[in-house]
Amino acid sequence: MRGLVQQLILGVLLGGLYGLAAAGLSLVFGVLRVLNVAHGELIMLGGYLAFGLVTLLGLDPFVALLLVIPLSASLGALLYAGLFRFIVRHGEETRIKNSLLVGFGLALTFQALAVRLFTADERSITTAYRGRALALGGVVVPLGRLLSLLVALLLIALLHAFLRRARWGQAIRATAEDWEAASLLGIDVRRAYGLAFAIGTALAGAAGTLVSLGYSISPSIGLEWTLKALIVIVLAGLGSAFGTFVGGVVLGCAEALSAVVFGGAYREVVGLLLFFCVLVARPQGLFGRS
Amino acid sequence: MTRAEPLLALEGVSKAFAGVQAVWGVSLDVPAGTVVGIMGPNGSGKTTLFNLIAGVFRPDGGRIRLRGRDVTRLPPHRRCAHGIGRTFQHVRPFPGLTAIDNVLVGLLHGRLRGNGRDSERAAARFLALVGLDAKAQFMATRLSLIERRRLELARALATGADLLLLDEFMAGLTPAETADAMEVIRRVRGEGTTLLIVEHIVWALLDLSDRIVVLSAGEKIADGAPAAVAVDPAVVDAYLGRGGSGRSTGSRTDA
Amino acid sequence: MLEVQDLDAAYGELRALAGVSVRVGSDEIVALVGSNGAGKTTLLRCIAGLTRPRAGRILWQGQDLGVLAPHRVVERGVAMVPEGRRLFGHMTVEENLSLGAFSLRARPARQATLDRVYQIFPRLAERRRQLAGALSGGEQQMVAIGRALMTRPSLLMLDEPSLGLAPRVVESLLGVLLEINRAGVAVFLVEQNVRAALDLAHRAYLLEHGRVVGQGRGAEVLADPEVRRAYLGPLAVEP
Repeated sequence: MRGLVQQLILGVLLGGLYGLAAAGLSLVFGVLRVLNVAHGELIMLGGYLAFGLVTLLGLDPFVALLLVIPLSASLGALLYAGLFRFIVRHGEETRIKNSLLVGFGLALTFQALAVRLFTADERSITTAYRGRALALGGVVVPLGRLLSLLVALLLIALLHAFLRRARWGQAIRATAEDWEAASLLGIDVRRAYGLAFAIGTALAGAAGTLVSLGYSISPSIGLEWTLKALIVIVLAGLGSAFGTFVGGVVLGCAEALSAVVFGGAYREVVGLLLFFCVLVARPQGLFGRS
Repeated sequence: MTRAEPLLALEGVSKAFAGVQAVWGVSLDVPAGTVVGIMGPNGSGKTTLFNLIAGVFRPDGGRIRLRGRDVTRLPPHRRCAHGIGRTFQHVRPFPGLTAIDNVLVGLLHGRLRGNGRDSERAAARFLALVGLDAKAQFMATRLSLIERRRLELARALATGADLLLLDEFMAGLTPAETADAMEVIRRVRGEGTTLLIVEHIVWALLDLSDRIVVLSAGEKIADGAPAAVAVDPAVVDAYLGRGGSGRSTGSRTDA
Repeated sequence: MLEVQDLDAAYGELRALAGVSVRVGSDEIVALVGSNGAGKTTLLRCIAGLTRPRAGRILWQGQDLGVLAPHRVVERGVAMVPEGRRLFGHMTVEENLSLGAFSLRARPARQATLDRVYQIFPRLAERRRQLAGALSGGEQQMVAIGRALMTRPSLLMLDEPSLGLAPRVVESLLGVLLEINRAGVAVFLVEQNVRAALDLAHRAYLLEHGRVVGQGRGAEVLADPEVRRAYLGPLAVEP
């Protein structure tokens, strides 16, 4: 029993990062209708950036996060201006097809780049508090991961508030619903797209930072994280930042459960079964709008 | 030879989408060998009615009979097997094939179940009927819009359809091309095919049809000879609307 | 003043407009009528910047709107209420309206304009926190018009605002357009309900197969049998 609770707690901690990873991809897909399959690579790059800032400048990882976010946003803006801007010129069906192609190309490029720059070794950030943990009634809660979960939740809350209240946040939501109608109100749709893409990338970078803090990164983790993000998006549906976060936590718990019941090698099973069931029974996701 | 039973009969057909009644209680008969036109202003439900007949949607209520047989629940490809063919407004010939090959697809998979050399000759005949015999070996993508529309017709005929549904066949054509299209339709009709045409180009429809059915807000409001329908006050009202109070009114916002 | 000169437009091979020229004075209500497929929506979309014409010019207050993106056209004071309302259904009435004041032109006076819109459409004030998707057809049309008014336009274009609405509602909406026009906004109206539109308008154009085939004062065009012929063909014109 204790073992199950322990695993579930670890699952929640990891799930929060799944949620953060998915939020960025969900935003980009929901607004631009573009499926950036290189999203996982952006997470990976964010992780390496954080790793670099911590090891070279001696920064605390959470301080490094404050730098990773704007830097990732800039990368996102560049990727939009240089690449995805051309994809959104087409109709929705073509956009998705083209974005898959472009995304795969990007993913391969970024992976190769990372191997070149950082070698294929696994890295993770070590801090003073990384080893520390809270002990609550027999279960161990790693401190670093707990703080990461809280930070992830905070970022999700900020995203939610931005989309709800900020002028450009509302403009982004409007563009996601009906870009022509949005443009007829004076909203520069391309700017909304660029902004959404930049924010999505920033969230990916943040997720990467937290991953490199609590777990480890290597150039090849991209695909896995993209898949996790996709699963969460299907589970949670589009349109709710908090819903996506909860979806991530659900996936994390499902994996933990799976590991306990079926053994570590079958972690993915329950999560994938859940994915399949939701897709069939409620395709708009648990929190999505039909 | 007269047949007592119409080729196609709709009885009280209704269809709603998400709470909006698109078609309500529409009944109509299409006698064999005639051209029946369906018209109506924007939002009248004629496209939905067309799709109900073609089998794209299933009606919520009512029946559709083809030669007396109930086809209400049959999907489009089964209706094709029973002799209903249709064209699409956004013309979609098979792009990698020549004109004659496009027609052959219809021939080989439709009711006529052609084979070998006979098929090639039959396909050529269908192309000649629509005036495309000179372009038989042209790639479908190299044909002009009106030529592609004609190809659609030939292909639908090649499936052995004796009831052909035309979906806005004349959309986007110049007046000259429209006259051209009408000529082709008349030729097809001359071969004995029954035609059911949904069209926005009202004057062409009134010219081509033996009978006209008018829909407005999902209901049938007129059914008769073109000359009578064109001056029917209910039809004119449906198209032109009822008048407003003009500029003499002040504003009233209690809608 | 709006001046469209010799506009050509097409969707792929489908020709939509051929040499269309129309004019809308700064204090006029001008109606655009014609059967389906005549090109009315295309014309509005070209002016609004959603569709690029193949040839011709669109002059607004003397300046060429050229290939301006829609949001720039809005900055210049031309607003469009598209066919089918196109509200942001998952946002509230007030959020929809507020977004109308997004442009630089409209932002400073946002609150004042919002108050004015609620004055014109008291129903919306009652429903301001409801999701736009939950409103009735007539109320949604009010939001759509109100949202366009929030951009503080000098020219308001509407594409079939009466579609799907009950006659009383339509009459009320047309009354609102009259009020808006009297307050100094030019109106360019594409309307399904031809008679009502021609009753309301100062002038009208009749479009057929992408060409202007008739124009004149509203009442004249209404009385012209050409209108019936345009919609119902030569058989409809009694000898």
